[in-house]
Amino acid sequence: MNVWIAIAVTAAGCYLVKLAGLLVPAGALERPLVRRLSALLPVALLAALTAQQTFSSGSALVLDARAAGLAAAGAALLLRAPFLVVVAAAVAVTAGVRALGG
Amino acid sequence: MADDVAGRVAGRQTGPGAGQRPEPAAGPGHAARGAVIRDALGVGIAVGLSGFAFGVTAAGSGLSVAQACVLSLLVFTGASQFALVGALAAGGNPFTAAAGAFFLGTRNAFYGLRLSQLLALPKAVKPFAAHWVIDETTAVSLAQRDRSSARLGFTVTGLSLYVLWNATTLLGALGAEAIGDTAAWGLDAAGPAVFLALLAPMLKTATERAVAVLALVLGLGFLPVLPAGVPVLVAALAAPAVLYVKGRGERARSATDEGRTR
Repeated sequence: MNVWIAIAVTAAGCYLVKLAGLLVPAGALERPLVRRLSALLPVALLAALTAQQTFSSGSALVLDARAAGLAAAGAALLLRAPFLVVVAAAVAVTAGVRALGG
Repeated sequence: MADDVAGRVAGRQTGPGAGQRPEPAAGPGHAARGAVIRDALGVGIAVGLSGFAFGVTAAGSGLSVAQACVLSLLVFTGASQFALVGALAAGGNPFTAAAGAFFLGTRNAFYGLRLSQLLALPKAVKPFAAHWVIDETTAVSLAQRDRSSARLGFTVTGLSLYVLWNATTLLGALGAEAIGDTAAWGLDAAGPAVFLALLAPMLKTATERAVAVLALVLGLGFLPVLPAGVPVLVAALAAPAVLYVKGRGERARSATDEGRTR
């Protein structure tokens, strides 16, 4: 049930925020501070989420095969690989390291 | 920011040659419309296929196939979906989990602002078009030279991405159930890899890097001590914190400059 609540709240929130952008008069959100904050918010969230989903298990910090997978994704990004290749590299390397007992 | 995404998506997803679109004449001619459709489909298909990673991740995090599919149908903004699923898997309460996903989705409001002027949609169409206001549709629309090409790009990207993202979510979720232990296949690394791929092009200046590093430290540092889902919200404070410090530095510098000129 909790999962469905979270889904409903997220769906409503994400839809309304998209709609708000199309409906509010131009200029309402164009203040420099608001714009800069909105550009930096995803940076903060994505950095934290990347780190958490790589280095944690529940509420404990861990170092496991996912770290190797993420390093592979980082290398693929540096080589300007397409999105799907980046994800595939992370998955393949993580699976490989696990298979080797890492 | 949408401009950055435009450059990134046009450059990365449609490969070299994306910038060498034939010059459109007065209006978009037949060839120009073909080029718009090709670009839009390139982005729609490449990103649409990554719904598979989402379906697998969702099912691997304990969501049912129906829950994964409803998320893709109704939320339809990838980073928020991955964030929600990750927060729920970590045992977060539904509202903190939704809050993280919501904050990630707020950037779409700013895309909407740009698109609203560019596409000049009729009022009745806006509630429907809103659902497709995401990174990729914005990127493709902003890359076009005139309104009718932008509308075409928005529609083709939105439609192809929506159909594929939902189809591959279903396949991924079903596939994950068939696979069983998704971690053995390394599929738990798909989520963070998606986040990293979205994050990397945003790290252009020292400001963005400072925000990322601070958020990383806050996100990991508070993980063991705060309830699941809350640390990521604390980490979001890195954005206003860095802006504040930067603003103070700039004010201090302009004050000393003023002092010198006096």
